[in-house]
Amino acid sequence: MYVAVKGGETAIRNAHRLLADRRRGDRTLPSVTIEQIVEQLGLAVDRVMAEASLYDRPLAALAVRQSRGDLIEAIFLLRAYRTTLPRFGTSVPIDTAKMLVERRVSATYKDLPGGQLLGPTFDYTHRLLDPSLIADTPVEEPERREATGDAVMRVADILAHEGLIESDGEFPEDHQAGDITREPMEFPMPRDLRLQSLARGDEGFLLALGYSTQRGYGRTHPFVGEIRIGEVEVEIEVPELGFSVSLGRIQVTECQMVNQFKGSAKAPPQFTRGYGLIFGQSERKAMSMSLVDRALRAEEFGEDITAPAQDEEFVISHSDNVQATGFVEHLKLPHYVDFQAELALVRKMRADIEAARNGDNPMQEAAE
Amino acid sequence: MTDLASYNFAYLDEQTKRMIRRAILKAIAIPGYQVPFASREMPMPYGWGTGGVQVTASIIGPDDILKVIDQGADDTTNAVSIRAFFEKVANVAVTTHTKEATIIQTRHRIPEQKLGEGQVLVYQVPIPEPLRFLEPRETETRKMHALEEYGLMHVKLYEDIARNGRISTTYAYPVKVAGRYVMDPSPTPKFDNPKMHMSDALQLFGAGREKRIYAVPPYTDVVSLDFEDHPFEIQKFEQPCALCGARGVYLDEVVLDDKGGRMFVCSDTDHCEERREEGHTGEMPSQEAAE
Amino acid sequence: MNIKTAALTGGFNDPVFQSQSVFRKLMDGMARPGSIHHVEDAMGQPEPLGAAAGAIALTLLDHETSVWLSVGLAKSPAANWIGFHTGAPITREKAEARFAFVEAGATIASFGLFSAGTQEYPDRSTTIIIEVAEFDAGETLTLSGPGIQRSTTISIAGLPEVFQRLWADNRALFPRGVDAVLTAGSRFLCLPRTTRIAASRAGE
Repeated sequence: MYVAVKGGETAIRNAHRLLADRRRGDRTLPSVTIEQIVEQLGLAVDRVMAEASLYDRPLAALAVRQSRGDLIEAIFLLRAYRTTLPRFGTSVPIDTAKMLVERRVSATYKDLPGGQLLGPTFDYTHRLLDPSLIADTPVEEPERREATGDAVMRVADILAHEGLIESDGEFPEDHQAGDITREPMEFPMPRDLRLQSLARGDEGFLLALGYSTQRGYGRTHPFVGEIRIGEVEVEIEVPELGFSVSLGRIQVTECQMVNQFKGSAKAPPQFTRGYGLIFGQSERKAMSMSLVDRALRAEEFGEDITAPAQDEEFVISHSDNVQATGFVEHLKLPHYVDFQAELALVRKMRADIEAARNGDNPMQEAAE
Repeated sequence: MTDLASYNFAYLDEQTKRMIRRAILKAIAIPGYQVPFASREMPMPYGWGTGGVQVTASIIGPDDILKVIDQGADDTTNAVSIRAFFEKVANVAVTTHTKEATIIQTRHRIPEQKLGEGQVLVYQVPIPEPLRFLEPRETETRKMHALEEYGLMHVKLYEDIARNGRISTTYAYPVKVAGRYVMDPSPTPKFDNPKMHMSDALQLFGAGREKRIYAVPPYTDVVSLDFEDHPFEIQKFEQPCALCGARGVYLDEVVLDDKGGRMFVCSDTDHCEERREEGHTGEMPSQEAAE
Repeated sequence: MNIKTAALTGGFNDPVFQSQSVFRKLMDGMARPGSIHHVEDAMGQPEPLGAAAGAIALTLLDHETSVWLSVGLAKSPAANWIGFHTGAPITREKAEARFAFVEAGATIASFGLFSAGTQEYPDRSTTIIIEVAEFDAGETLTLSGPGIQRSTTISIAGLPEVFQRLWADNRALFPRGVDAVLTAGSRFLCLPRTTRIAASRAGE
């Protein structure tokens, strides 16, 4: 059945054509390739992968290109694609202790086994615009050393060895990791789902919340136990084989925050943890996540809930930027039916006031 | 790169449809109660009808005829976009005629034409919780529903009366369903509330971002909350539709110029067109007068 | 046919459209309690599972929905058939079951052990699919409640005698409670928890 609809379809089609034109820009310039985006705008690609919860650099780069560099739009594109993918299974938890680290810094120890490794960081760059980048001058090869292949000990494990930090937390043996993209959300939320929400959460929102805890809105006395960036193996268990097989490696950023200690009559004092783990390289996000994770554990530690960052329902309900942008932007959809209702009411109320001023009885009119 | 172009009938995978279908059946069994469901990320923004689209996608079949309206009109851009989505992913027949449709997905209106037994009305819902603006916490509102504790809602409506002399809620006006749950009818003008009561058609509500599905079965009491001394009343328009002369319908105000010139026309475009085809006319102002 | 092959045969040949069709009838059935629907296609479901019950299983069950089976079904090839075609885990715990299937003539002592949901989440309750002998025969019942204009009557042969009392108890739990689907071969009708059932005396 064909139905001719007035105007709307043509308008939408034309808008999309114009969008495609603006996306491509000046045709005399070469189009950016997916490879170029992956290689040269890697951190934008990483943010899209992290907040879309899909580890696929070329697809994330495609999304960045398709969205004209609007990263929330790119995250949205990649998530909508992710939803349609079949699930083959659940991986074995990745082991970040076995990470091939590219960067690893600890703020709690001057030196430690495995050393402090600055890696590819903006830290200590002087933020001066670099004119040499305009000319695309050749870039030197980095300094390399032979990988030892040795695992780099985690700071949390050093503290755990002395019993100075709480354990990682335990789930029952048969616990299946939850998935907020497949199950209805419910509060209070178990920590696995909460961490998943934070890992997908908007970087800017978590940054602001993490910052607010430092300024006293739910202070947690944080120390960066360790930040590490590098590659880890992803393995899946194959019941038929009786062992797990590797699916490949992914790059992740992990932040272990060491926080405010806690003790009681029964247990000697121990430091507590906040945890952040993100696809790709994103220290800011991993650190913010670990601050907010710790703040959200307030109830677990019997701390007073006084600040926004400690309020689970508030934080989790508003951390998703695809939800947030959709709902904020939906206000531009037509609302004229409801507006008409408000308009009529306001006119009526004004007329009543006017009538009252002139000595008429407004209530009589209202009852009509 | 991965093959990107293979989507299932009606976009959603079968497992997702089953999950939504189970939620719909429970929603019908508990009229007005909001069933949590694992809302999927749809290829359109949250707040733009993802809940309604998921409900429609889970119930629609090859024999269905779909109508999509936004603000009562078939030709508003988001309605056009959603209709085009279903034509593409489900290859279903579409219509603008209320009478012909088996499924009507709507945002902000209920058609003027009385719906029949063979029809399902699917509402797009932004905020499904009627108590949300009184109590923002889900953990709290869930308790209130469990205990049938709706005093807060009456207090709010009564404060309206104290302040403005009347209940000043004009849309998303709360209703009580089957004598138990207080429900948000979605942001339809309260003008449409009476159409929900004892409707011949099944009414389904989908809120994608908020991950809730709820329902009103046919022939179910839907009562707008009110007070004895301030009974519920719907909007009345002083003039008939300028195009078809209809009275007792909801009208849009169309601004004609910058000198206060305006006309009022049916918000339900199909209803208006049908009446005009039947020969009804209104006092549409002449072009000269409007200019 | 041995037990193993009985479990592997049948199912929907066109799962997308057949499940949609069965679901729409279920949805209509729940929305209009007491209305009789039927499934057209043979599902190849093993005895004592009926055609409608088999189609409902294929339409609504998957690995996320644990299912409880009455003794006759649990011991029959139907158990493996449901497991193979839907992936639903079979549970012995009534309270864990999202769905329960009861073969014709099986005794039902109570609905009490099935999940009635909680006051906060009344949707988390068991849906029970009960096979009866036939419709349009046997005892006539009058139904009323949401989805029914005034009242409607149905006749059911082979409904367990205690059913009406159990249903009244269930009704009293509202908004908690189980929902039921009665199946008779390829036909079925739905009884959501909101439906009130009264025995109709002859001549009424």
